[in-house]
Amino acid sequence: MQQPGRAAEIKANGIGKSFGSFRALDNLSLDIGRGEFLTLLGPSGSGKTTFLMILAGFVQPSEGKLFSDGVDITHRPAEQRAAGMVFQGYALFPHMSVEQNIAFPLKVRKKSASEIKQRVGEMVERVGLKGHEKKLPAQLSGGQQQRVALARALVFEPGVLLLDEPFSALDKSLRGQMQAEMKRLHQETGTTFVFVTHDQSEALALSSRVAIFNHGKLLQVGRPDEVYDRPANRFVAEFLGEINMLPVKGVKPADNGATGLCEDRAVNMRCKAEAIKGDAILAIRPEDMSIAAEASANQNGIAATAIASTYLGAATKLDLTTRQGAKVTVSVPNEVAASALSKGNSVWLTWPAEKGFLLPDGGQ
Amino acid sequence: MRGTLSDRMGAALLMAPLLLFLILAYAWPFLGVVKWSFTLPTPGLGQYHALLTDELVQSVFIRTLRIAAIVTVVSVTAAYAITVVWVRGSPVQRVLAEFCILVPFWISVLTRAFGWVALLSNRGLINTWLQSIGFISEPLTLVRNEFGVIVGMSHFLIPFAVFPLASAMRSLDERVLLAARGLGSSRMRTFWTVFVPMTRSGIIGSALITFVFSLGFFVTPAILGGGRSVMIAELIYLRIFQSPDWGLGAAISVVLVVFVGALMALLFRYVKPKQLV
Ligand SMILES: Nc1ncnc2c1ncn2[C@@H]1O[C@H](COP(=O)(O)OP(=O)(O)OP(=O)(O)O)[C@@H](O)[C@H]1O
Ligand SMILES: [Mg+2]
Repeated sequence: MQQPGRAAEIKANGIGKSFGSFRALDNLSLDIGRGEFLTLLGPSGSGKTTFLMILAGFVQPSEGKLFSDGVDITHRPAEQRAAGMVFQGYALFPHMSVEQNIAFPLKVRKKSASEIKQRVGEMVERVGLKGHEKKLPAQLSGGQQQRVALARALVFEPGVLLLDEPFSALDKSLRGQMQAEMKRLHQETGTTFVFVTHDQSEALALSSRVAIFNHGKLLQVGRPDEVYDRPANRFVAEFLGEINMLPVKGVKPADNGATGLCEDRAVNMRCKAEAIKGDAILAIRPEDMSIAAEASANQNGIAATAIASTYLGAATKLDLTTRQGAKVTVSVPNEVAASALSKGNSVWLTWPAEKGFLLPDGGQ
Repeated sequence: MRGTLSDRMGAALLMAPLLLFLILAYAWPFLGVVKWSFTLPTPGLGQYHALLTDELVQSVFIRTLRIAAIVTVVSVTAAYAITVVWVRGSPVQRVLAEFCILVPFWISVLTRAFGWVALLSNRGLINTWLQSIGFISEPLTLVRNEFGVIVGMSHFLIPFAVFPLASAMRSLDERVLLAARGLGSSRMRTFWTVFVPMTRSGIIGSALITFVFSLGFFVTPAILGGGRSVMIAELIYLRIFQSPDWGLGAAISVVLVVFVGALMALLFRYVKPKQLV
């Protein structure tokens, strides 16, 4: 239906937005590639919706410029931008049937009746709403309303589709199903998707790139594995999932990485440490650490005591305290957790040198 | 709201004086009127038969319906425009609109009717002005006819038409309008194809209120119609106090009350009482 070439390429240049004296967005620059699936991720109030509204043209930025395919669209009104948008809460037309809702953008564009009929039919089929064409939005379930909103936003083949927390009102299983459908729609249409969420697992699962916001600032943009494994700072590291912070002393560059002392034991790290010298924080994800009876001299490891466990079904989350009092959480197979707890204070936490990354001590 | 039994008895007690007053002042006398309609001057359905055959009564009924319909269209249209400004305008516009809506409530219906006479009569402000700029040579007949009645009644009823509309516009989800614009719809098109249909319940409520009020108007048509554009309430007055033909006056009253009651029932099917204020 959609030629990938028609997907838009968007460039935000130094975008800022103030509401009175409040800075909702600050000097935000971001390139969104053609056909990309970009997720805007951040805590509540971080400016995600504001940025999306600026992209759609509903909100004027206080400063900065916006380009679509190289054309300055900063002052172009929303109705001429032709961005598809799915609002939180769907914003369907309550007085129009499913069919009429989906036909609306085509009617506005004065398409012929036969073309409208054909394209609405295709779209209804594509989002799995066959048999519901004549219903009003109030007669549909939440998931079905969501599909109507998606269909309505995609039917006119927009260069970019903007989605503001589209799944936040859906239950978990439906959410998973809709996420899969979104991914499929993205591949089929080839359109540029900009997707807002504050659910980090949703962001990592869906996107080609993730942009992380906090307090109106763009902290980092990158592929899901980049931002997860190499976060730019502590906020990003912690926001993307649980993470352990271990103090490391005397960090200095070494062959392909860095070395330092963690709880008086030498540790090797593969990550780069150009900017970091002396004391630092080693951040490691719970799933990258394991429990061992002992650690050899050239292996990264520290002694710890298991204090509590949380059964999660597929694995167990084990809480430990190191000798020097740092709290660590690891995710381990269920039987490992049970035996670690029974052994009391004599377990070792180990991790491979290529896992983990260094953050400046106490820095953000 | 569901209260306990004692809560409800408390509420009933508090409302009792008002109910008693309504029964004594309206329901009881109305039963008397119903009785007259069947008994005066002789018992039977004679007056209702007369109603169906009397050409004067019928022409007044038709005129009343016509005027009420025109006044409804005029009032709801004007009220819609004012309400859009009141609910969605800039802060300054809102204050101005609110002022325009509230001021008429402070001026009595009599004062306003005579005000319109002063404006519209042959030697009134409008005719004098139009003549002085040479736009017309003979004064236009703007009052003591249906036109004057429609102007005066619409002016009175516009503020009442505003409230159901305002309530419908306030409960409308702003994002739906944004969605329409985002889908490429111009402001005009969004207004006609999304905004207006979404305020439908307000339009219906507003129209029914205006229509029902119009049917029973007395003072305004009596003054601005100048006896040449008699509406149903004035006809009842004439039958009771001047002819006098109490039986026919009573029968017309009963028909009017039943008709209005039916319209009210319709009204409350479309709008909840709290949307009217
Ligand atoms: N019209 C406005 N007037 C004043 N402040 C506003 C306005 N719109 C947004 N803000 C403020 O800007 C900040 C960012 O809001 P925004 O809606 O973009 O957050 P968000 O990241 O989408 O949050 P959430 O995840 O809760 O939806 C908030 O502190 C909000 O209060
Ligand atoms: Mg938001």
